[in-house]
Amino acid sequence: QDCFGRPIASAPDAWFDVVERHSNDGNKTLQRTTKTSKCLNLGSYNYLGFAAADEYCTPRVIESLKKYSASTCSARVDGGNTKLHTELEELVARFVGKPAAILFGMGYVTNSAIIPILIGKGGLIVSDSLNHISIVNGARGSGATVRVFQHNNPAHLEDVLREQIAGGQPRTHRPWKKIIVIVEGIYSMEGELCNLPEIMAVCKKYKAYTYLDEAHSIGAVGKTGRGVCELLGVDPADVDIMMGTFTKSFGSCGGYIAASKEIIHHLKHACPAHIYATSMSPPAVQQVISAIKVVLGEDGSNRGAKKLAQIRENSNFFRSELQKMGFEVLGDNDSPVMPIMLYNPAKIPAFSRECLRQNVAVVTVAFPATPLLLARARICISASQSREDLIKGLEVISKVGDLIGIKYFPVEQEKVASVDKLKKLE
Amino acid sequence: MDMALPIVNATTAALARVSAAFNAPLARAVVFGVHIDGHLVVEGLLIAVIVFQLSRKSYKPPKKPLSEKEVDELCDEWEPEPLCPPVKERSHIDPAILESAAGPHTTIEGKEVVNFASANYLGLIGNEKLIDSCVGSLEKYGVGSCGPRGFYGTIDVHLDCEAKIANFLGTPDSILYSYGISTIFSVIPAFCKKGDIIVADEGVHWAVQNGLYLSRSTVVYFKHNDMASLASTLEKLTRGNKRTEKIRRYIVVESIYQNSGQIAPLDEIVKLKEKYLFRVILEESHSFGVLGKSGRGLAEHYGVPIDKIDIITAGMGNALATDGGFCTGSARVVDHQRLSSAGYVFSASLPPYLASAAVSAVNYLEENPSVLANLRSNVALLHTGLSDTPGLEISSHVLSPIVFLKLKKSTGSLATDLDLLETIAEQVLKEDSVFIVASKRSTLDRCKLPVGIRLFVSAGHTESDISKACSSLKRISASVLSDHV
Repeated sequence: QDCFGRPIASAPDAWFDVVERHSNDGNKTLQRTTKTSKCLNLGSYNYLGFAAADEYCTPRVIESLKKYSASTCSARVDGGNTKLHTELEELVARFVGKPAAILFGMGYVTNSAIIPILIGKGGLIVSDSLNHISIVNGARGSGATVRVFQHNNPAHLEDVLREQIAGGQPRTHRPWKKIIVIVEGIYSMEGELCNLPEIMAVCKKYKAYTYLDEAHSIGAVGKTGRGVCELLGVDPADVDIMMGTFTKSFGSCGGYIAASKEIIHHLKHACPAHIYATSMSPPAVQQVISAIKVVLGEDGSNRGAKKLAQIRENSNFFRSELQKMGFEVLGDNDSPVMPIMLYNPAKIPAFSRECLRQNVAVVTVAFPATPLLLARARICISASQSREDLIKGLEVISKVGDLIGIKYFPVEQEKVASVDKLKKLE
Repeated sequence: MDMALPIVNATTAALARVSAAFNAPLARAVVFGVHIDGHLVVEGLLIAVIVFQLSRKSYKPPKKPLSEKEVDELCDEWEPEPLCPPVKERSHIDPAILESAAGPHTTIEGKEVVNFASANYLGLIGNEKLIDSCVGSLEKYGVGSCGPRGFYGTIDVHLDCEAKIANFLGTPDSILYSYGISTIFSVIPAFCKKGDIIVADEGVHWAVQNGLYLSRSTVVYFKHNDMASLASTLEKLTRGNKRTEKIRRYIVVESIYQNSGQIAPLDEIVKLKEKYLFRVILEESHSFGVLGKSGRGLAEHYGVPIDKIDIITAGMGNALATDGGFCTGSARVVDHQRLSSAGYVFSASLPPYLASAAVSAVNYLEENPSVLANLRSNVALLHTGLSDTPGLEISSHVLSPIVFLKLKKSTGSLATDLDLLETIAEQVLKEDSVFIVASKRSTLDRCKLPVGIRLFVSAGHTESDISKACSSLKRISASVLSDHV
């Protein structure tokens, strides 16, 4: 209970203050104390380091706050459309490589409200088995039939598509009206990249539309931060709809959809999240604009390129060190999310508390976000962490790992040591 | 006849010989006190043949699965529909782009206009104290919170805000959501599951409808804001149906309906709820901070004790001039949502500066209750001013800060109604610099109430603003609607 929902008292930067809580009734309720402890942050989604006050972004954000106030109090179509919103839409479209884009105030709502507009009864949605719950809710809310294909397996996707197109709708056997395949760029619980080129080839062959959810990968991977498409060499014009959020890499809130001009025009007139919901808060919009400008290098410095290089170096270094130490780490190279497998649910609080005692804050994930026996601790690397921070983190995790016994893979030096021990016993 | 007889004789002789042949070996066999005679054997054989025939499966043509080549052909032939319908000629104009804060006066395209399109009821947009607290938060915490509530996304301002709201309303606890409309469509599926019964008003807005759909419960609608219809629906559902006593039952209403501006009569609803044993979920987005002597919402307005309402949700994007939403109720109601509400657990938390803005907004409301009197007088003024507009009539409640004008005579189709109303709004903006909007409907919205022009009144409007709006609206609607009567 005390491993989740830990309150913090400062910005979620590389080092932050975790508020200590104590409990009088065996962790059923927790009271805050005024004590805080400074911990290394290995859990927040802060890929490019924009979470805390930034020298370029924050003055502009404060200026926009004073000009436009904290909220617009009305929907985009009524009175909530400001110059900042239109500027950001154009900027996002340019950044991602699509003709047009549309903004929403929250990432979760983006998925749940867009999918029902694009497809309805008589359509088919084929989604990856490990998709996020916002996609599942959107698919369920649309009324279309949903089929699942095995995670990141283009061959199985092809089988499912062939079977479904040949069979048609479930009971009437009429042909499907349209098929949409939904995949994510980086899967947040596995840290794996999506096998995009092959999945795109399959979809093109069977004339299915593709929907790519880049919540974790936009801004964090790729040479200039443009996401999974750039990293894997897929042309953005091939993907029909690209979705992303601003919460992770750009340190703000909200989501966007980028697609062709006709689709965006249709969405602007039909999507309920655009018509009824309050528009994004103007300071948050300004934060994204400034962050994207930094990443693109348009602010006049090369901080963006440095940040991107830093995060790639950090992730690869951390991952290789963890693997050398004998931990079981999932995920591909270059991905800033790395889960360390714990497997045993009893090890979750042990790992979390021990790390906190030594001033490292990690995130542990259990059921229902992952299967019951596949519990894991998830590390999110940030560009604002320096090499020393990472080394300290590695030391602590290594010590805790030894204590708990989660180094499932043998380590090179240890093998030699154990062989020596055996020889001594003989 | 001559031929028949010998044949009959021959068959009987044959049968007799067969029986004798059978009888001979079995003459002395007695089973269960019954002589085994020859005819029993024949009968046994016949029964065996009949049973064999019955048990044979009927003939079905064999099922051949499609061969690879056939599947290939089908895949090649199949053509999908385009992803979106082609762009219609007569699409709506792009919404106006604001160039300054959306307060009572704002700038559009360089001109200053009077703004009746933002739900800024207490006039808090541009308030100094609010902006100062936001700046403090921004410098301390940055903009975003970078994580869901369970994973280091809980910042101490969130906890302060929850405590403050619970304190203000008089409930034990409250829970914050990161986006206004996601509040209601996460709360409803967290409590109502498949097999429950929900009775909802037919005028609820899209977010509530989405929540009802996602909860997979049985939903029964009653006529918009009609208490007699509600009573009869509740009666029909509970009378004589023993099963209803064992399943959970809910009533979902909004306090001020976005689609019509009506106010739900809470005292009657509470009476009905206690009579028929239902639970009430109240959506207070537009009445929190507006109704009631000190702005505590619909319960204070009607003098109903707050603990009679089971779940209250509200979006903070209206009176409190921030973003996000909250839900409050008993301690167990709130605790349950921390683990099982989809929009809370799986989504990033509210940016900290918006939470601190909410805290200062509630503080302001507590310290200056006179702002409510301003709001009420403005609403009354607008009502009297617009009551004789040609072609339009006011269909909202006298106390509601959303003044809803609908066409006296509808053209019959939603699209043409909307066109007329939008022309009115456009012209009012161009000619008189008053910014109003027509309510738009999404294709997914199942609400059947008429569309209209909505004016959101703020405590920051002055009398001259209101009289300007009234006169311009009267003039323009007279000219636009004169040829359509």
